[in-house]
Amino acid sequence: MKVLMFGWEFPPFNSGGLGTACFGLTRGLSKHDVDVTFVLPRKVDIDVDFLKMVFGDETKSVIKKQYFVNSPLQAYATEESYEYRLSEEEKKTKQIYGNNLFEEVERYGAIGGQIAEQEEFDIIHAHDWLTYKAAIAAKKVSGKHLVVHVHATEFDRGGGNEVNQYVYNIEKKGMEEADTVIAVSNLTRNRIIESYGIAPEKVRVVHNAVEFENYALDQMHELKKTKKIVLFLGRLTLQKGPDYFVAAAKKVLEYYPDVIFVVAGSGDMEKATIRRVAELGIADKFIFTGFLRGKDIHEAYQMADLYVMPSVSEPFGITPLESLMCGTPVLISHQSGVSEVLTHCLKTDFWNTDEMANKIVSILRHGELHKTLKENGVKEVKKFSWKEPAARCIDIYDQTLGRKN
Amino acid sequence: MVSICLYFQVHQPYRIKKYSIFDIGQDENYFSDNSETSVNNAFVLRKVARKCYLPTNALLLELLDQHPEFKISFSFSGVFLEQLEEFAPEVLESFQKLVATGRAEVLEETYYHSLAFLYSKGEFREQVRLHRELIERLFNVTPKVFRNTELIYNNAIAKEVESMGYKGILAEGADHILGWKSPNFLYKPTGANNIKLLLKNYKLSDDIAFRFSEKSWKEFPLTAPKYAKWVNAVNGNGDVINLFMDYETFGEHQWEDTGIFNFLKHLPTEILKHPDNNFKTPSEIIESYNHVGECDVPHYISWADLERDLSAWLGNDMQHAAINRIYALGFKVLKTKDKNLIHKWRKLQTSDHFYYMCTKWFSDGDVHKYFSPYDSPYDAFISFMNVLHDLEIRIDNLSKNDSSSEIIEISKEHL
Repeated sequence: MKVLMFGWEFPPFNSGGLGTACFGLTRGLSKHDVDVTFVLPRKVDIDVDFLKMVFGDETKSVIKKQYFVNSPLQAYATEESYEYRLSEEEKKTKQIYGNNLFEEVERYGAIGGQIAEQEEFDIIHAHDWLTYKAAIAAKKVSGKHLVVHVHATEFDRGGGNEVNQYVYNIEKKGMEEADTVIAVSNLTRNRIIESYGIAPEKVRVVHNAVEFENYALDQMHELKKTKKIVLFLGRLTLQKGPDYFVAAAKKVLEYYPDVIFVVAGSGDMEKATIRRVAELGIADKFIFTGFLRGKDIHEAYQMADLYVMPSVSEPFGITPLESLMCGTPVLISHQSGVSEVLTHCLKTDFWNTDEMANKIVSILRHGELHKTLKENGVKEVKKFSWKEPAARCIDIYDQTLGRKN
Repeated sequence: MVSICLYFQVHQPYRIKKYSIFDIGQDENYFSDNSETSVNNAFVLRKVARKCYLPTNALLLELLDQHPEFKISFSFSGVFLEQLEEFAPEVLESFQKLVATGRAEVLEETYYHSLAFLYSKGEFREQVRLHRELIERLFNVTPKVFRNTELIYNNAIAKEVESMGYKGILAEGADHILGWKSPNFLYKPTGANNIKLLLKNYKLSDDIAFRFSEKSWKEFPLTAPKYAKWVNAVNGNGDVINLFMDYETFGEHQWEDTGIFNFLKHLPTEILKHPDNNFKTPSEIIESYNHVGECDVPHYISWADLERDLSAWLGNDMQHAAINRIYALGFKVLKTKDKNLIHKWRKLQTSDHFYYMCTKWFSDGDVHKYFSPYDSPYDAFISFMNVLHDLEIRIDNLSKNDSSSEIIEISKEHL
């Protein structure tokens, strides 16, 4: 089986979960002997000894795609390379989501057909709206079947804000042109059916996964030695629900005053969040770290007694799994894809700040609850692997191609 | 000659409602959920009554009527009977009719279906006494055979129960205690002299309770004639076949459309076709047969899961924390002499509360999940601990208000 895959980013140059998911899935597919040609929008200045792929802006210098010679994870193993990856990531973020994004999408779209002419493949697999134009062009040229993979929709990104019509149109067009649509969760699948009018029988769910890495650090953070800590980590945007976190914190403090709330991340709600905390008179219980990178992220997870992900709308949400890899229990909203596959965690609706507070206080009060969640959670996260979602994708390829019912 | 001993456990706990930190000190009605969910005790009881208790009772009454040789036995938890009185008196009446035939024996257990024996012998004895009183009041009979919560058993329990005057006790016929021995005989518990041990034939019991509707089972579908053949095969190799199961097997665990009622309906006829077969109640078994040897059970066993141990109730840190904290309250709560508070404290001892906190269900099939009314074992723990917190506050308030310096006598066994 040969797959022509269109992506937008790839580690170490990813700005979010999309690149990580594409990487994991591609690696999983390679373990099932699926030959993936991965197309990225532009050539980035990386050392690609371990990874051969086609760059959208250099169609002439096509490197033949033997996938994975070395495990790229080894490349991340040192702190240094991690730092490198993240500083690059920031540069890349600006590059990706700069003013020319729409131009970039159009340009990428135009060369999709060209690439399809040169490549040999059985099926096309495209990740998120940025790649849909290119993928549709490839389908037209080749006449091959198209699978689009939805990692997030415009409704999730907006978090209740207005939906960008341009983006919505491309998303809808891509889903309509696709022979099969893959959603990263049932939550996203429902969104695709309800908000994009796609036929339910065309939409399949493949949950994301992670490969376990032991992120646990040897040293205990100074703050942890004396204080209980509850962590929020993520972009400070409507979608991630920092306002609900603050509201719950206020209630927690009435029952359990000896706790520090750490807010890690930046975003357009940063000032409003800080202001709200001050208004509530609980600023002395809050630490805002700003945007964290590399080892600091793992340190933040590890110093916490609980990681809270109160997302309003999270198509999947990989951070709770990362937290568990650091040995920290999690409280997640039901409005997240990950809550469909993670059992050993606490769950609540994002708007139910009473229940959120109830659960936060309970884990702070009862060491046994913390311990049981931690032990079972770590065990559970170790069972995740990209092999399974990859196998599901292969199944979906076969069904899309009519090879299997 | 082989005697069939049918024994049904009938129990429903007082499930605690969703109880958050905000309810502590505000709400003393822990068991009063009134949503249409499975933490609403009246709702659950009426549902199970409709699906299981009423139709099965009617069928058994019919069978007792048709077959003078047919015998059965029950153990009802006190908390179950209390709920029947409160929410479904017509169901209680139908059980009373069965017992009134004289061919449905009622066994003894702890009123609160608790693990009290493991934590306080005094509390255990008290709960057995309360159960005996209730059975005498409702059924006008005095139980002579004992079965502990979830068939939790060891030598020490047998000895304790013997000293309380019971002549028989039930336990799981677990492979690891039986070894080469057969469960189809009576045994003498190690360390006891005047009490006989009846062991569950788990193979034949679970064929009905668990496998009856299992389509992938090679014996599916199970019919009464086929089952009778398996029973007949024991003739000559045993005195008794102890078929112990949850009463809810009929209509609730195995739904009506599986044909379970039809199976039960034909079972007595098919079994009695063989002239050497008969039905006996546990007391009759004990009178009819001698023990064939000693059975040594130094460690606790139960009838739960594959492990047949205590791990369903005491398998993780949350369960230990919850149960230790509730028994630690014993002295204080009994000292208040407040009947209402003591009753609540005891209702919180019901084993189901700890079962709901079990986290091993993912490797142990879906049995636990099916029986839990909570979203997760963690939610069960959180509500339970919040309730306990409230109870502690109420106990403390009562203790403070008790201005008299009078020293209250507490029986030594409670210490």
